[in-house]
Amino acid sequence: MSTAQRYWREIPRRYRLEAAKCTKCGFIAYPHRAICPQCKNREFTAINLSMNCKLLTYTVIHVAPSQFEGQAPYTVGVVETEEGGRLTANIADVEPEDLKVGMPLRLEFRLIQEDGDQGVLCYGHKAVPA
Amino acid sequence: MVGIVGYGAYIPRHRIKVEEIAKVWGANAENYKRGLMLTEKSVPAHDQDTITMSVEASRKALARAGIDPKKIGAVYIGSESHPYAVKPSGTVLAEAIGATPDVHCADFEFACKAGSEGMFVASGLVEGGSIEYGLAVGADTSQGAPGDALEYSAAAGAAAFIFGKSDLVATIEATYSFMTDTPDFWRREYQFYPSHAGRFTGEPAYFKHTLGAARGILERNNLTPDDIDWVVFHQPNGKFPMRVGKTLGFSKKKIEPGWLCPVLGNTYSGASPLGLTAVLDIAKPGQKILMVSYGSGSGSDAFIFKTTDRLLEVRDKATLTRTMLDKNKKYIDYGTYAKFRGKIKLKR
Amino acid sequence: MRDVAIIGVGINKWGELWEKSLRDVWVEAALLAMDDAGVDHIDSIYTGSMSSGLFVSQEHLASLLADYLGECPAQSTRVESACASGGVSARMAYLEVASGQSDIVLATGVEKMTDVDGGGATFALATAADQEYEVYNGVTFPGLYAMIARAHMEKYGTTLEQLAHVAVKAHKHGAKNPVAQYPFEVTLEGVMDSVMVADPLRILHCSPITDGAAALVMCPLEMAKKLSKNKPIKILASVNATDTIALHNRKDFTTINSTVKAAEKAYRVSGKTPGDIDVVEVHDCFTIAEICVVEDLGFVEKGKGGAAAESGLTDLGGKIPVNMSGGLKSKGHPVGATGCAQLVELTRQLRGESGERQVEGAKVALAQNMGGTGGSSVVHILEVA
Repeated sequence: MSTAQRYWREIPRRYRLEAAKCTKCGFIAYPHRAICPQCKNREFTAINLSMNCKLLTYTVIHVAPSQFEGQAPYTVGVVETEEGGRLTANIADVEPEDLKVGMPLRLEFRLIQEDGDQGVLCYGHKAVPA
Repeated sequence: MVGIVGYGAYIPRHRIKVEEIAKVWGANAENYKRGLMLTEKSVPAHDQDTITMSVEASRKALARAGIDPKKIGAVYIGSESHPYAVKPSGTVLAEAIGATPDVHCADFEFACKAGSEGMFVASGLVEGGSIEYGLAVGADTSQGAPGDALEYSAAAGAAAFIFGKSDLVATIEATYSFMTDTPDFWRREYQFYPSHAGRFTGEPAYFKHTLGAARGILERNNLTPDDIDWVVFHQPNGKFPMRVGKTLGFSKKKIEPGWLCPVLGNTYSGASPLGLTAVLDIAKPGQKILMVSYGSGSGSDAFIFKTTDRLLEVRDKATLTRTMLDKNKKYIDYGTYAKFRGKIKLKR
Repeated sequence: MRDVAIIGVGINKWGELWEKSLRDVWVEAALLAMDDAGVDHIDSIYTGSMSSGLFVSQEHLASLLADYLGECPAQSTRVESACASGGVSARMAYLEVASGQSDIVLATGVEKMTDVDGGGATFALATAADQEYEVYNGVTFPGLYAMIARAHMEKYGTTLEQLAHVAVKAHKHGAKNPVAQYPFEVTLEGVMDSVMVADPLRILHCSPITDGAAALVMCPLEMAKKLSKNKPIKILASVNATDTIALHNRKDFTTINSTVKAAEKAYRVSGKTPGDIDVVEVHDCFTIAEICVVEDLGFVEKGKGGAAAESGLTDLGGKIPVNMSGGLKSKGHPVGATGCAQLVELTRQLRGESGERQVEGAKVALAQNMGGTGGSSVVHILEVA
């Protein structure tokens, strides 16, 4: 469930993949952070993650949380973008048996969830075959 | 001179064949295939809607335009299936491409010509000088009532155009709009499926306005079909655009590249705009393209474009429309289709 | 810092306790512990509970529970670290006694999970993961551990059978535990055929939804003999460590670094090595968790956790008996209570009170409790005083 305000706050990350790169050690913070967990530096450069990524691991969800119920079974996985950003993403338009760890994927704009029949429509990116 | 700086298309992967639908309703698939000149249509998954497809089509348009999205002064999505009844689709698109906050936004609606009217207004604003670039998208995920003739053709897709005054891939040579109040197809509020007036949707509706706009733009600009290299019509089925083209005197060859309906279905506000992207994908520089949309209710917007050399330079910066249409397709059955299209009542 | 001993333990029968409210469940276990210790008052109470707010709309447990135990105006604190809440509760109690602040401290954990439906429970449990960057995209708890399982299978060749063996072993020992939620055995085939939850984890790979509580009475070791007739069990180490909340930010999906770090420090502080440990309780929220943790605690080489389960190494009678209580899988997993329940089991093992599940001659024990996908871990090492 996402309230309107919680959803709106995350728009730069969810719609544009806005992230931050540590100016000292290059750590990619997605979402941005105030302090680099690797080197404790507090300066970052604003970047947008690329849409190209690769698959690191995945699973097929059969028992889904309520707002995803009608969609099960669906695939989720962890992907890594070209510059090293890590994301958990829903994986669409591909059968689980065709997935291979390491395969290239692309991030595409999709509807992620709805807050019931009356709530906000929540958008973001899913990973699809490149 | 105003024109198209970048263009892009998006077609979802899934397809359903006429046979799959006919099977469920005990209908004769061959009759529908012949009558509609259509064999299959695109189906949006449950996570795809007018907004998501508009974002993807617009990203491709930006790739071809090569401009800074912050310079876009207007963002318009035209659709008859906007995801919200009240809350604009265009604002999500504008945020997703990074055009906010110095941008005008409005959602357009006029049944299936909502896409072309966004194009009409965006290009007009650029021409008038109040904005540097304008983005217009035609996108739809319209529903066809189960068992109705429209269920075989109601499909999903999006086409996006960025208008500007420099680095054009095609100039706008002329525009013309022809419109009357003709209730051929409509949907009342709170109704899930649209209603239509059967055969009345043909001659007094589609044909009258398409012909009116086509003849109007040609006459006002002292042009004949021979002066036009390619023509794209609104395509609710495979038959209507071929028939109107023949009536006007266009050869089949000129209609074919922009004629996607037989394997795509009717993408409503995306229909003639998507046809236009397919033509831009194959046109040579210096060629004239006539596009005539049609929106029930009723009206048609006509445009004459002329391609430039730059079209060849940027065409391959994004996926071609026919590639999206013909490759990586995934066929689904009626049950999956009904699930994707929300035709099964889920417990909320 | 004073040495600390556990002088009393209490745990009630776990399961779907429809007739009992959160306060009923908790008071029952707390009184069992106090009676076991032989104490009649408490200086300070710690309670671990992951989400009494989401499960029963009750916060302010500090007051509620001190009140219903009849111990007001005692100090009372509710602690939370997702599924490591119980372990953290024990650690806080340990610190309060060790520091000299209090003499008799009750460390407890409780969770009342069945007053919401399945969807409500799933929602509450998912708050242990990153809401905006993991849960938003539709991943569930079993889904996160399933991804860890896939990574482990890809990297080390761990098999589905090995995963299933962990569940079979848990039930083999849980069948002998009178307080377990599911005190019966399961077969390998039964586990491998059960309903798929998140590929490759099936329902019998997952710990259940449980109501229950567990409690420990701690005091300074020097007062133990005066306060209680029970054999005092000394806490040699009580250590906490953290890792990224989101699985996707881990360097290696198969290593629970918070456990590695907590264990490293616990071994150092206690002067013990993995080879010195006689009996272990680990956080088997999913079968793959036990496999990773047995490796990360240093009992077997990284990647050999699956073989350890399959070969009987971690069985009763094996070299490193793990989860003689039945683990979370068979005993149940009332989230906040688990960390304390592990220490209840180990205290009884070290006292020689574990009956059919007794590890002969056990002198040193280790408990590992973790939250989420390993965002936090607590490791305790206990020894007969």
